Amino acid sequence: MAEGTNYLTETRGLKSWLFTVDHKRIGVMYFWSIMTALFLGGVFAMLVRIELLTPRQTIMSAETYNRMFTLHGAVMVFLVLIPSIAATLGNFVLPLMLGAKDVAFPRLNLASYWIYVAGALFGLYSMIAGGIETGWTFYTPYSTSAGGGVTPMVLAAFILGFSSIFTGINFIATIHKLRAPGLTWFKMPLFVWGMYATSIIQVLATPILGITLILLLMERMFQIGIFDARLGGDPLLFQHFFWFYSHPVVYIMILPGMAIMSEVIPVFSRKTIFGYKAIAFSSIAIAVVGFFVWGHHMFVSGQSPLAGAIFSFLTFLVAIPSAIKVFNWLATMYKGSISLEAPMLYAISFLLLFAIGGLTGLFLGSIATDVHLHDTYFVVAHFHFVMFGGTVIAFLAGIHYWWPKMFGRMYSEKWARVSAVLVFVGFNLTFIPQFIMGSRGMPRRYYNYLPQFQPMHVASTIGSWVLGLGFLIMAGYLFASLRKPYDAPSNPWGGATLEWETASPPITHNFETTPAVTHGPYDYAALRSDA
Amino acid sequence: MNWLRSLLLPAQGSAYASEYDTLFLFITLLSAFFFLLIAATAGWFVWRYRRAREQAPTSMVTQSLALELTWTLIPLAIVMGIFFWSLNQYVGASVAPGDAMEIQVTAKKWLWAFEYQNGTRTVNEVHIPVGKPVKFVMSSEDVIHSFFVPSMRLKQDVLPNRYTELWFTPTTTGMHTLLCAEYCGRSHSDMLGKIWVDDDATFQKWLEEGDESTRTMPLKELGKMLYESRGCSTCHSIDGTRGDGPSLRNVFAHDIKLADGKTVIADANYIRESILEPQAKIVLGYEPIMPTFQGLLREREILALIEFIRSLN
Ligand code: HEC
Ligand SMILES: [Cu+2]
Ligand SMILES: [Cu+2]
Repeated sequence: MAEGTNYLTETRGLKSWLFTVDHKRIGVMYFWSIMTALFLGGVFAMLVRIELLTPRQTIMSAETYNRMFTLHGAVMVFLVLIPSIAATLGNFVLPLMLGAKDVAFPRLNLASYWIYVAGALFGLYSMIAGGIETGWTFYTPYSTSAGGGVTPMVLAAFILGFSSIFTGINFIATIHKLRAPGLTWFKMPLFVWGMYATSIIQVLATPILGITLILLLMERMFQIGIFDARLGGDPLLFQHFFWFYSHPVVYIMILPGMAIMSEVIPVFSRKTIFGYKAIAFSSIAIAVVGFFVWGHHMFVSGQSPLAGAIFSFLTFLVAIPSAIKVFNWLATMYKGSISLEAPMLYAISFLLLFAIGGLTGLFLGSIATDVHLHDTYFVVAHFHFVMFGGTVIAFLAGIHYWWPKMFGRMYSEKWARVSAVLVFVGFNLTFIPQFIMGSRGMPRRYYNYLPQFQPMHVASTIGSWVLGLGFLIMAGYLFASLRKPYDAPSNPWGGATLEWETASPPITHNFETTPAVTHGPYDYAALRSDA
Repeated sequence: MNWLRSLLLPAQGSAYASEYDTLFLFITLLSAFFFLLIAATAGWFVWRYRRAREQAPTSMVTQSLALELTWTLIPLAIVMGIFFWSLNQYVGASVAPGDAMEIQVTAKKWLWAFEYQNGTRTVNEVHIPVGKPVKFVMSSEDVIHSFFVPSMRLKQDVLPNRYTELWFTPTTTGMHTLLCAEYCGRSHSDMLGKIWVDDDATFQKWLEEGDESTRTMPLKELGKMLYESRGCSTCHSIDGTRGDGPSLRNVFAHDIKLADGKTVIADANYIRESILEPQAKIVLGYEPIMPTFQGLLREREILALIEFIRSLN
C-alpha cells in the first residue's frame, strides 16, 4: 500500500498531466482517451446493429447507415485497436518490467500522445465535414469520388500513423538500452518480447500506409492518375498498398494481446511459462511472415491466380506460430495451481475465442473456400473473433491484471466476474449467427437484406445488447474502485515480473533503487522462498 | 452431414458447388475437432488443477522439444493438406471451357446490364440454359462491384479498367440470386439480380422472343415491374420523396425546370428521352448520374414505363 506520494499524487493540476513526460501518466492519458474512443465506436456499432433488426429501414437512412459502419470501423481500428494495448499498458508496464525509470525518449512519448489526440479530432471532424461512407478500407475509385468527409478522415489516419511510429521507436530503443542489470534478452518477460515484435511492425509498416494515404489525397485533390481508372490509374494498386500495411496491422493488434496472455496465464497458474523461446520466436516469426500475406484479402479482386496461390500458401504458414502459442499456453496450465480471478477469466475467454478466430481463418486462407466467403458476414465474424475475441479481450485481461498497479485500488471481483461472463456470452451471441449468415451468402455492408436472414440478424443484435450490458457493468465497478482509498498491495496476484516489486501505484521514478534481477520472470518458486 | 450442409450453406446450383461443400465441411469438422480439443483441455486443466491452497507446489517442467515439434508439425501437415486440396479445386475451376456461352456484363451504380452475343440486352435479369457452361465477361462503368452468386459458390470483383471473368455450369433450373458483394455506395445492398436457369427449349424461346410478360402483361403493370427490376427504384421514389433522382410522382404533364434555366413539359417524348438519353436534359438540382437505358429496353417496355409514370399522377 502506498505511503507518501506516488506518480498520481506527486504533482497536481491539469497542466501537470498534459505536459508530463512520465510514461505512466502518458499511459493513463492514453487509457482514458482510448476508452472514450471505444465507447464511441461501440455506440456506432450498437446503432448499426439496431438498424439491421429489420430487412428494410429501421431507424436510419441508407446514407446514415453507411456512415455509421464506416465510423465504427475507422474509430475501432485507428483509434482503439492499433494503439490500445501498446500505448496504454505497454507504456505503463514496459519500463517497469525492465526496471527502468522511463522509456528511452520521454518527450517523444508525450508527442505521440498529442499526435494521437490531434488525429482523433481530425477523424471526428470528418463527421461534420460532409461525412464519410467509404468503409474504413477507403477502396478506390469509390473513395476518390466520394464526398467531403474522406479527406479529413484520411488525414486523421495519416496523422495517427506517426503516433504509432513514435511509440514503436520508443519501445525498441527502451528494450535495447534500458534493461536493468542482469536482465538479459531471455530473462525478459514475454510481454516485452511481444511489444518488441509489435514495435518492429509499427515502424516498418506504418510508413507504407502514410504513403498510400498521401497518394489517395493527391488523387482526390489533383487527379494525379494513380488509382483512378478514368485517369489511367489502377484501383487494384490501392488495394495492394492498403493491405501491405493493413494485414501487418492485424499483428500490431494481436501480438500485444498474445503478450498479455503470456503474462496472465503463468501468474494465475503459478507456473513457469511453457516454451518461453517458442513463444518469443513465434512472435518474431509472425512479425516477419506477416508482411508477405496481404494478397489473401484480394483473392477475388482480379489479381493473378498464381499470386493468389502464393499468398494462400504463406497465409497458412503464418497460422502455425499462433497455433504454437495456444498449445504452449495450455501446457502452462498443466499441473499448475489455477485460480480464476477476472484477468484469468478473460484469458480463458481469449483462448476459446481466439481459437475460433484462428480456425475460421482456415476457411479464408484457403483460396477456393474464400471465394464464396469473401466480403460476407463470415469475414466480419472472423475478424471480430480475432480483433475483439483476441485483442479486446486480452486488453480487458490486461486492464484487470494491472489495474491495481495503475490506480492503486482493487475493483469488485464479484462484479468483474459477472461482467466477464456477460461479455463472453454477449460476444458469442452477436457473432456466431454472423458466421452462419455469411456462409449462407449474406454480403457485408448491406443496409437492406433478404428476409431469410432476419432471425440471425435479430439474434446478433440481441447479443450486442448483452455485450453492451457487460461493458456498462465494467465501467460501473471500475469507476467505483477509483473512489476508494488506495487499497491494493504491491503484488496482489503473486507475479514475478519486476513491476510487482514496486509500490501500487508506483512512485514517479518507478523504483526506489534500480532493482536487481535475481530470478526469472516466471520463477514463482523463488518468489515463495523470498517471502 | 446433410443437416450441417443445409444449416451452413445455401442450395447447390452446380457440380462445383457440391465439390466446394465437401471441402467446406471438411474444414468445418476439422476446426470443430481442434476447438473441442482446446476447450476441453483448458476446461479439464482449470478444474483438475484449481488452486486448493495458496502455496500449492506446481510442476517445474518448462519446455519439451518433442512437444513443440509435435504441435508444430502436425498442424503444418494439416494446413498444407488443406492448401493443396483447395488450390487444386481453385485451379480446376479457374479456366472456362472453350465452348462456354459468353455473356457481357456491365456493372454500374446500381445495376447489372447483360448483353448476349446475339445482341439481346437485359438489366438485372439474365436467362441461361441448364447444363451448359456460361462465361460472364465483366467490367464496371464506375466503382468496383462484385458479382456474387451464392448458389454457385462463386464471386468475382468487377473493375473499371479491365475485364474479369466468372463461369459456371448450372445444374438445377430455377432462380439463382445475384448480389453485389463489393461496397459501392448508397444502394449497394439493392444491387441484386436474378439468374434464371431454364431448360434448353425455354431458353431458346426466351432468347428469340423475350419475356413472356414483356409481350402480354398490361402496360401499366409491366411498367411497375420494370420500375423495380430495372433499378429505377434505387434512384426514383414513387411517393414524392427525393432520392438521387427526382420522384416520379406528379412528373407526367407537369412543368419541369431544367438546369440550363429552360422549362419543359414532361410529355411522353420527354420521358422517353429521359430514359434513353438522360444527359440531354438535366433536371434542375440533380446530378447527371442517370445511366442510359439505350438498347437495354424493348420498345414495349419503354411504353410501359411511360404508362406507369403517367399513372403516378
Ligand atoms: C443512378 C440513379 C438513376 C437510375 C438508376 C435511374 N435514374 Fe432516372 N434520373 C436520375 C437523375 C439523377 C435524374 C435527374 C437528372 C437528369 O435529368 O438526368 C433522373 C431523371 C429521370 C427522369 C426525368 C424526371 C423529371 O422529373 O424530369 C425520368 C422520367 C427518369 N429519370 C426515369 C427513369 C427510369 C424509367 C429509370 C429506370 C429505367 C431511371 N430513371 C433510372 C437518376 C437515375
Ligand atoms: Cu490479412
Ligand atoms: Cu455494391
